[in-house]
Amino acid sequence: MQYSDRVMDHFMNPRNVGEIEDAEATGLIGNAKCGDIMKMFLKIEDGIIVDAKFKTFGCGAAIATSSMATEMIKGKTLDEALQLTNKAVAEALGGLPPVKMHCSLLAEQAVKSALKEYYEKHDLINDDNRHLFDKLNEDAHDHA
Amino acid sequence: MHQVKRIYLDHAATTPVRPEVLSAMMPAFTTVFGNPSSLYQSGLQAHQLMENARAKIADCIGADSTEIYFTSCGTESDNWAIKGAAQSHQGKGRHMVTSAIEHHAVLHAFDALAKQGFEITKLPVDADGLLDPEAVRSAIRDDTILVSVMMANNEIGVIQPIEEIAAICRSNQVLFHTDAVQAGGALPIDAHRMGVDLMSFSGHKLYAPKGVGALYIRRGVRIANFFDGGAQERNRRGGTENVPAITGFARAFELAIQEMEENSRQLIELRDALIDGILTRIPHTRLNGHPTRRLPNNVNVSIEFIEGEAILLMLDQLGYECSSGSACTSGALDPSHVLLALGLPHEIAHGSLRVTFGRSNTMDDVNRLIDDLEIVVRRLREMSPLYNENIFSVQN
Repeated sequence: MQYSDRVMDHFMNPRNVGEIEDAEATGLIGNAKCGDIMKMFLKIEDGIIVDAKFKTFGCGAAIATSSMATEMIKGKTLDEALQLTNKAVAEALGGLPPVKMHCSLLAEQAVKSALKEYYEKHDLINDDNRHLFDKLNEDAHDHA
Repeated sequence: MHQVKRIYLDHAATTPVRPEVLSAMMPAFTTVFGNPSSLYQSGLQAHQLMENARAKIADCIGADSTEIYFTSCGTESDNWAIKGAAQSHQGKGRHMVTSAIEHHAVLHAFDALAKQGFEITKLPVDADGLLDPEAVRSAIRDDTILVSVMMANNEIGVIQPIEEIAAICRSNQVLFHTDAVQAGGALPIDAHRMGVDLMSFSGHKLYAPKGVGALYIRRGVRIANFFDGGAQERNRRGGTENVPAITGFARAFELAIQEMEENSRQLIELRDALIDGILTRIPHTRLNGHPTRRLPNNVNVSIEFIEGEAILLMLDQLGYECSSGSACTSGALDPSHVLLALGLPHEIAHGSLRVTFGRSNTMDDVNRLIDDLEIVVRRLREMSPLYNENIFSVQN
């Protein structure tokens, strides 16, 4: 199993590590028993994600996908960020080994779990976007 | 990326072939290339090389050369011993006993037999990884046909009380197999005195090439053949013998025995310095496996709040080649069955690091590793949502 150069770059030099104390939205996904936990913090202003930070307990791919996911949603509108898919995260990293695809799903779920908190708090969930949260109900390890 | 000095610290996975071993092998590739079953000169010479190797290995483990059978690897030896014993002795019963921390070559062979209706008892170990011989005695029933307990564990290096277990098996007239793949060349072995019936070995763990192993079968012990074929290996294991690898295996084993005392002393120094360095300099770490009843070259620690594959990957970037019992290193969901058997919670087992020293390592390697590991652990903990500076460890 070999990681791509971009995975290694985002693992060795992860972007956006940390916490945002006054985050408008936070998401938590995974559990220690399975070996990965991702925590996502979003700073939201006027419907735009102005900052995103993460903390991850997990393997190289889990850290790299967290880093890439935060990069991909920074500066985006909430609706744009909600369109993030694990496939897009994996592609942006130059691909992931098949056994590591679940890590990209965890990254998508971490973002969506934070967004869900915000959407619920501000009553933004509607029939058009409800299905975009469906992936939160999937077990990431089924994708391994 | 800039070039870093590579430091190999995974000798339980495999070892490089020693130059002396390679030179011993060379004639068997070129001049003495005959098939050892052939009756003309080059065949007879190859046969002689092989029989010399068999005698040397027998000497190394306190056996008779007629009790040594060459195989392709440790996994084949384990499978042959276990499945062969099952097939031959199922008339007496279909119950077998093993430990929870065996290598997959043993555990999965038993799993395959369980699917065929054999009943397998997997005995637990204590928090240090030791199996209580009395637990073996209690597990033995009238229909028990085989007990298999490894001599030294590949992950945590723990050395089991093999002689006591062998004696219990013998007094109950149950066959006893031990996987000595990690112990071979690292610990003194005297097959006859230990009283084992079957014992597995592998070449590439002791500076011989990959692709050769051996099974010791005590004289008079009956097990079904695993490889059907020609008359090789006294009609018990078909297939043209890998004469070059066998020659190298014997030379490597011989050297390991000659140098064992000196080598063990050096390895134990490195081992204990690394254990001490990690436990004192990196908070929230623990040693896995018994502190002294372990292989001279084995260090296995759990580092809390971070995950093993990430540790390995970052260490690899810094030039260190080690191993982990993390699930992520194998693509599996569960971490190492050995670490879980010690009673470690999943999250602690995920954060394990195994370092196994070898002939090339020095105290300088140990000191550099401790320094770099400290940095790696700090960096990964900074990223971990489970960690904060004032956290109270679940272990301490």
